[in-house]
Amino acid sequence: MRTAAIRFIQSRGTVGYLLIAAVLFSAPLFISDFRLNLLAKFLSFAILAIGLDLIWGYTGILSLGQGVFFGLGAYCMAMHLKLASTNGALPDFMSWSGLSELPWFLEPFHSFPAAVLLGLLLPAALAMLLGYVTFRSRIRGVYFSILTQALVLITVTLFVGQQAYTGGTNGVTGFREIFGYSLSNPDVQMVLYWITAAVLIVVFLFAKWLVGTRFARALQAIRDGENRLRFIGYNPDIYKMAVFALSAAFAGLAGMLFVLHVGIISPSMMGIVPSIEMVLWVAIGGRGTLIGAVIGAILINAAKTGFSEAYPDGWLYFLGALFVIAVVFLPSGIMGVRDKLMALVQRRSERNTKQLAEKGGESIGANGMDSVLRETNR
Amino acid sequence: MVKNVRIKWSKVVLMLVLSFALVAAGCSNTSNEGVTANTGGTESASSSDTIKVGILHSLSGTMSISEVSVKDAELLAIEEINANGGVLGKQLEPVIEDGASDWPTFAEKARKLIEQDEVATVFGGWTSASRKAMLPVFEELNGLLWYPVQYEGLETSPNIFYTGATTNQQIIPSVSWLLEQGHQNFYLLGSDYVFPRTANKIIKAQLEAEGGVTAGEEYTPLGHTEYSTIINKIKSAQPDVIYNTLNGDSNVAFFKQLKDAGISAEDIPVLSVSVAEEEIRGIGADVLEGHYAAWNYYQTTETPENMAFVKAYKAKYGDDRVTADPIEAGYIAVYLWAAAVEKAGTTDVDQVKAAADGITFAAPEGEVTIDGDTQHIYKKVRIGQIEADGMFKEVYSTPEPVKPDPHLAGYDWAEGLKGQ
Repeated sequence: MRTAAIRFIQSRGTVGYLLIAAVLFSAPLFISDFRLNLLAKFLSFAILAIGLDLIWGYTGILSLGQGVFFGLGAYCMAMHLKLASTNGALPDFMSWSGLSELPWFLEPFHSFPAAVLLGLLLPAALAMLLGYVTFRSRIRGVYFSILTQALVLITVTLFVGQQAYTGGTNGVTGFREIFGYSLSNPDVQMVLYWITAAVLIVVFLFAKWLVGTRFARALQAIRDGENRLRFIGYNPDIYKMAVFALSAAFAGLAGMLFVLHVGIISPSMMGIVPSIEMVLWVAIGGRGTLIGAVIGAILINAAKTGFSEAYPDGWLYFLGALFVIAVVFLPSGIMGVRDKLMALVQRRSERNTKQLAEKGGESIGANGMDSVLRETNR
Repeated sequence: MVKNVRIKWSKVVLMLVLSFALVAAGCSNTSNEGVTANTGGTESASSSDTIKVGILHSLSGTMSISEVSVKDAELLAIEEINANGGVLGKQLEPVIEDGASDWPTFAEKARKLIEQDEVATVFGGWTSASRKAMLPVFEELNGLLWYPVQYEGLETSPNIFYTGATTNQQIIPSVSWLLEQGHQNFYLLGSDYVFPRTANKIIKAQLEAEGGVTAGEEYTPLGHTEYSTIINKIKSAQPDVIYNTLNGDSNVAFFKQLKDAGISAEDIPVLSVSVAEEEIRGIGADVLEGHYAAWNYYQTTETPENMAFVKAYKAKYGDDRVTADPIEAGYIAVYLWAAAVEKAGTTDVDQVKAAADGITFAAPEGEVTIDGDTQHIYKKVRIGQIEADGMFKEVYSTPEPVKPDPHLAGYDWAEGLKGQ
């Protein structure tokens, strides 16, 4: 009986993913338009969290600047929607800031494919650039994290200051349609939800595939001993730049989907606090597991919304308490709890059925954690 | 032994996670049930014993210092209306949400109030950014928003009622008044966002038309606190008056540094449009004494209604609290909406909008009337001078309430400003 339970839990990997995918796709049947819209927002955050997990969980580089890449993607989509909604007229924030015609560098945003492409490439290019400058000079650890924070500050200041082109602190809002379909139509919102869910699943599968490749093993080697890898003859900088750019592109993708659901982007969404919050999603979900990042992003944002609706005056205290408790008691996140549980079940079953131990090899036992973790990583 | 302890730990951890998951699930579940229970539409809301109204202000973050007071005033009005029998014989039930000084959150919570809670109307917002973020939501879902703060005008959403001043009820009369006082040479200083930018565009056009001069124009980012460079520029430009559209903390820094630079209200007076009683408490009356502000209401405004309002507000929230223009505008918004609902006989948004035209209310600032065309209200314009006790002395008031003209249709010189 117990062994069957173990087998079930271990095989739950695939079953679980299928289950989650099924729940995601059938969600519109169960929840209201408003909740669906919120869920769609959380799913777009989950895409960002996967990218963050790749760079932090697998490569050990803590980026506190994902908000910037998220914002860049979001602004690209927002600019397209804004231009599409004004029917050729100048967007409102440009006219009150004294512009009389659309600046040339915003012209490409008339085209949807161009906007999407830029929304992926701009964040990736910026990450490449920052990576090129920092990784090559062997800047790592805390110093890299501080640099990403600086990037956040610079970008936010730039976006607030360049009001004529970015809408300043107001950000960009007031979208009406996409491809001629009204964004306020619930059916359109539902299709957008499905698109977001599908993108999340594709991104997740891609990341899952990626972490099984040689490339990802090099990333993990960077995390566990960068100098050793260098001495073997690898150039870690290339790998780091690549994964940083990839995580930035995922963040940009998340930003584009976010704008479609929320209908506004402002510099506050790319600031320091949101950027740190993003790291917390991954930390609480469980780094280095991919699915933990997804679960963390969804659960924490759901908790945030839930708390603020239930206790509008004191919700920040509840959220703060949740963070503190999670960090103190769940050092390896929600996925760590699952692993501990599995190790627990395993240990109990071993104690009860001693003959299992005689077979040797299969035993996971005291250091079950690590081997289980290795399993899930693969 | 060690193993047993470990097992216990995991149990504790598991319990914690589960309990938090439950709390989180509980929160979203209760609200989900709300939806399924209320899917009947607006009938179910109006057939119950209470009418739900939404209150959506920043209760956390940088704007909370200003917006919490407006929320308090709106709750006071709701309490008073309920004590007098409610609206259409039903009690009002406020549903409070936190906009968290974050514009996307305002949009999300507005959607939640309309779709999830099915509130009859929402009172909320402060910054133009929060209003602009909420506007598409209210227009999309045909909701009703009462916005209580003076703003830059050039906007008339069919789903928003504006109970604060538009530009021709605050900025334009104050510029005319300054010109009449002999101040020709204006220095324009503002925070860098939509309100100051638009306000200064209007002021420059007006000065050109009415014979004034713009000595300089400067914008600083929100939250900027270093003004020595700008004060030096002001010193060399020698303006007659500084027209101040700074917002928030910047005012504290600017006025302190202005005084430290030896420029007093007699040398160069500053006229502010975002400094009210509440802000004076934060900046310090000693620094501000003698400077001017343009509003529609002061705590010192002498009407019987205001005496009662100030008394009730202080009785409920404490003697140290002050009332100010946006606080009063939030308070009267609730009364104006209630009157429109009584007149319409329903909380249906379209019928309430139709009924609202021409409704008058004896407000603390004096009688106000809703202008149905623009969904703004007629308001008296008042210039006040700051006194040592942090209160305003009214130095000028329009004799009658001014008709709102958000798109400045009545001003020839404003022809080129209607960008939208």
